[in-house]
Amino acid sequence: MPKRQTWHGFVATVCEQTAAGRPVLRIEWAQEEILMSATSALDETSVAAAPATVIHAANLTKRYGKTLALDHASFEVQPGRIVGLIGPNGAGKTTALKAILGLTDFEGELSVLGLDPRRQRPALMQQVCFIADVATLPRWITVKEAVDFVAGVHPRFDRTKCERFLSRTKLQPEQKVRQMSKGMIVQLHLAIVMAIDARLLVLDEPTLGLDILYRKQFYQSLLEDYFDENKTILVTTHQVEEIERILTDLMFIRDGKIVLSTEMDALGERFAEVMVNAERVEAARALKPLDERQVFGKSIFLFDGVPRAQLEDLGEVRRPSVADLFVATMKGTYA
Amino acid sequence: MNANALSNFGWLVRREYWESRRGFLWAQFWAAAAILIITVLGIIAGEVLKARMGAQVDVHMGVSLTDILRNATAHDTGQLAKALDATMLLFGFIAAVVLFFVVFFYLLGALYDDRKDRSVLFWKSLPLSDTGTVLSKVAAAIVIAPLIAVGITLAGYLAAQVIVSLWLVIHAVNPLPLWTQGEPYTVWLRLVAMVPINALWGLPTVGWLLFWSAAVRSKPFLWAIIVPIIAGVLNFWIGLLGLPHIRHDFFWGDIVGRLLLSIIPASWIDPNAHNYAMRFRDSHELAAIDFPAMGHALMLPQMWIGVIVGIALIAAAIWFRRWRDEA
Repeated sequence: MPKRQTWHGFVATVCEQTAAGRPVLRIEWAQEEILMSATSALDETSVAAAPATVIHAANLTKRYGKTLALDHASFEVQPGRIVGLIGPNGAGKTTALKAILGLTDFEGELSVLGLDPRRQRPALMQQVCFIADVATLPRWITVKEAVDFVAGVHPRFDRTKCERFLSRTKLQPEQKVRQMSKGMIVQLHLAIVMAIDARLLVLDEPTLGLDILYRKQFYQSLLEDYFDENKTILVTTHQVEEIERILTDLMFIRDGKIVLSTEMDALGERFAEVMVNAERVEAARALKPLDERQVFGKSIFLFDGVPRAQLEDLGEVRRPSVADLFVATMKGTYA
Repeated sequence: MNANALSNFGWLVRREYWESRRGFLWAQFWAAAAILIITVLGIIAGEVLKARMGAQVDVHMGVSLTDILRNATAHDTGQLAKALDATMLLFGFIAAVVLFFVVFFYLLGALYDDRKDRSVLFWKSLPLSDTGTVLSKVAAAIVIAPLIAVGITLAGYLAAQVIVSLWLVIHAVNPLPLWTQGEPYTVWLRLVAMVPINALWGLPTVGWLLFWSAAVRSKPFLWAIIVPIIAGVLNFWIGLLGLPHIRHDFFWGDIVGRLLLSIIPASWIDPNAHNYAMRFRDSHELAAIDFPAMGHALMLPQMWIGVIVGIALIAAAIWFRRWRDEA
């Protein structure tokens, strides 16, 4: 695809990091997918035990008084994916996660790893880990007590692994959580969680309030030391730009509904951003863009599902960033 | 319960101890240590004053030390036994008071504090049942904390006996009768035997405090106290109108008293808990905590009605722990 290459040249200055990082990761994931199909052919019993879908939700509805936190939300999450659940404040992200983790009651159909979170919570939590924003570790506990306790109660916890992760930090065994900075608390929590051989990891705003060094380190550790084809990560965050590169799937939630659910690979095929000169603006508007904004006297249009050939006629086409897509999709939420 | 669940429960109870050892252990330790330190300071002051100006200073440690000296000199073992009883009672009484306050506030915070600081989300991320979690808190309150209190009582008593023995030796009196007295060695058995009786008797309070701890969004202390007070005022008002109401002494003694105060150790001796403190001023009271009295307590209808109420409240607390949803 020669046009793609010009597209690359086009974005290189705007988001160099994105363009530089993505192809490397893509190749990795592609390889893992091949590996997974090879192992599943060899070991049929383990494949039969593992349900194909990690999360299956249909018509999830949750009411808090008069407000609908979830409004017939339906979605699926497949194994080996990193799924971003993105939405504005109050859109129902946390409620959806709570339902998945069996922390709240709801109407509708939901199965997580083949289990019902409402009735089979303890069994489910052997396979599911979660970090609900930063600083949810009890303030009185010491590093050693936290590790001892999880080692005692979690059958899938690997103590050596956890200690190896901890040895890379400045945390001391007798150190109490109340003596740690937010970043250190997350390091401890992450060391514990990454040492648990779970199949689904749920992260709810895991890096909120952390500085950029801790945030980078957080996602880097997850990718390098944790994520593989048997694991699935579901993450919500406001810091869309930071996780855009690591996501394989994207879900937008608005007013309790899933308004967009797509693979990142398909994102570039479905959505396109076109920079249009003033004389072609009316032609662009005729194609019903999702969004229109002005930059340096030119108009940038965001299109959903318009054939690429048609768009290239209007101007330079590029793949939109998740943030741009998000802003366009959520327009009017707070109005 | 299979081995796995049992091991999990062990870890849960251990966690409760880690979190609350300052109350369960160190509060008890320092209360007993305070008695011992004051006793030693008193003995030193007494000796110094006596040497300087021949003043007779009497140090009390539940019982006058001069009395112990006189009894030991006179080989009056009966009186000596009574004196030692009083010493043990002093340590037991202080431990009981500390235990009441520590356990009361422990229970009010047990299912509330971690919701307040959101660490409940960490505990709930582990494969543990909410029933096990709540029951581990019950066990910490009515088994672990009381056993530690008994241990500190005995340790305090033994330390006091060592101090008094040294003092007797200084006064050239043989301290051996102090150690050959049989009585204190059976007291510890009674103290341990009392733990399960206290536990059963305390269940309504345990359940009541855990219930509010699990159920309310904030201020469990206020709810646990204010609900009975409002109910009492309403009951009084209904009585004023001449309408059928609950007898006041029954309401405050057998309902409110049981819901708030039955974790006081040995309060089953007199089912009306409010009389308890007064009765214990009499130093013969230790004898009242004997095996027949415990047997009697087990046959009181109040005991078993309380157990049923307590279990129902704990079950409600488990339900709230499972489904309470902080939006």
